Amino acid sequence: MIISKDDVLKVANLARIELNQEELNLFSGQLESVLEFIAKLKKADVSSVKPMSHILDIQNVLRADIPGESLPNALVLKNAPESLKGHFRVPKVIE
Amino acid sequence: MYETVIGLEVHAQLKTRTKAFCGCLNEFGAPANTRTCPVCLGFPGSLPVLNEMAFEHGMKAALALNCQIQNFTKFDRKHYFYPDLPKNYQISQYDLPLALDGGLKIKIKDREKTIPVKRVHLEEDAGKLIHEGEGSLVDYNRAGVPLLEIVTEPEIHSPDEAYEYLSELKAILKYLEVSDCDMEKGSLRCDANISLRLIGAEKLGTKTELKNMNSFKAVREALNYEIKRQTGILESGQRIIQETLLWDEVSAKTVAMRSKEEAMDYRYFTEPDLPGFVLTEEKIKAVKDNLPELPQALKQRFIRDYGLSDYDVEILAQEKRVADYFEACFKIYPQAKSISNWLIGPLSYELNSRNLDIQSLGLKPPELTTLISFVDQDKISNLSAKEVLTARLNSKKTVEEIIQEKDLLQICDSGELSAIIDAVISANQKSVQDYSSGKANALMFLVGQVMRQSKGKANPKVAQEMLKEKLTNV
Ligand SMILES: [Zn+2]
Repeated sequence: MIISKDDVLKVANLARIELNQEELNLFSGQLESVLEFIAKLKKADVSSVKPMSHILDIQNVLRADIPGESLPNALVLKNAPESLKGHFRVPKVIE
Repeated sequence: MYETVIGLEVHAQLKTRTKAFCGCLNEFGAPANTRTCPVCLGFPGSLPVLNEMAFEHGMKAALALNCQIQNFTKFDRKHYFYPDLPKNYQISQYDLPLALDGGLKIKIKDREKTIPVKRVHLEEDAGKLIHEGEGSLVDYNRAGVPLLEIVTEPEIHSPDEAYEYLSELKAILKYLEVSDCDMEKGSLRCDANISLRLIGAEKLGTKTELKNMNSFKAVREALNYEIKRQTGILESGQRIIQETLLWDEVSAKTVAMRSKEEAMDYRYFTEPDLPGFVLTEEKIKAVKDNLPELPQALKQRFIRDYGLSDYDVEILAQEKRVADYFEACFKIYPQAKSISNWLIGPLSYELNSRNLDIQSLGLKPPELTTLISFVDQDKISNLSAKEVLTARLNSKKTVEEIIQEKDLLQICDSGELSAIIDAVISANQKSVQDYSSGKANALMFLVGQVMRQSKGKANPKVAQEMLKEKLTNV
């Protein structure tokens, strides 16, 4: 086993996903095979490949500081489960 | 005895027209959620593109802080869940930031010290939360506004040093015109970490993180409070707990954050939507060569070229606009000390009481120099001049009109003054005798009488001189 059930639960918690026992078993198995695949990749000989941070051979993509269109408030709030005075409304966040 | 070890992390909102990765306006105070779009709201399928102005502002600031701009830099995703973060990750920079290894020179009690700047990177701001009643309200107008994060090494050794560093940093960012640095509007924010260690010890002590300071003064106070608190804990043989504390301005105390912060795991990874950036030496040099004059250079020039004192220059140079205003005045009326005194004194009083900056005050340099020259030539008294300044700012009338209207011109005509003095002498023979018998107070009484008879329009200095002369010749 590359990944333990505890690791899966930790990752799920970080992603705010609640797993029941059945799902925990299912996803543990799936993650295990993903990691096995990655383990195979790790064995590949990459000595001739230049390190890269991005898959495409492009760089310095910038845009001019020119205003574009924003969305109207009413449209934006269509995505809000609840709204009030033009704002998204969420359960109280305590600092 | 303990040594204090402080590190500061500053976030400055960059002054751009649009946000960091989309064309929404970067604007404070707009109606809630009217400056948002699919990119800054994190809709699936939308793609961020970096604002070149934000990038350039970041480079300027990094260079002004003597940092090494990196030849390759990229963005990363920092993951956490909070309602003010629409994408559930913040676009930030992790392992390849814009710039590293700089330093900022500060002056502390006439001693110079360089505070090492560890890194400077670009990231995006989060939205704003307002707590109301049963729930919290979210405004995403601020989400995606470009931020520059500037982090020092933990090599600040007192709250005063921290204060000086922040003041100097703010001045530099404002001179560069890359940020408004308005703490009240949240365009400049500062977090601090602080620990104590026995003097001579190598290992750093356990640190606490301080947040929620809304001014540089608050930063200094919070640090001072934390030194006392930590000293107390250490001296009683207990241990410092590593935690985040919030500064409470009202009770002047640091308080532990209520929410239990589980060990943060941000799961950084390279932002796949933004290709990296290559910065050639030529590009870096081009930005460096175009940096404007920075506060320290300006201060040296002002001392050298205008013969002003350190004290005066420190105040004039705080705001670039005030320094520029000084120079505009000097071109018209080359009396550096008089102009400086007026800018630091009466004019700054008016600015503060009206809560305006020098540009929005609407007083042109020639108007101020006209007023100053009236005082310098003893045509009006200093006190009257302050009155004229206030009246000028309250109305559209010119300085000359106000002086005339209020009848403030001092009596310059020595004949007229002489007549008044003669009358005062003959009406106050008792005081004249007192003066002759060596009572110095009598002279002041007579000057007072002259001022009274002239309805305050005599120049007291001239009146005193003339009185003395006449009394010796009696
Ligand atoms: Zn947007």
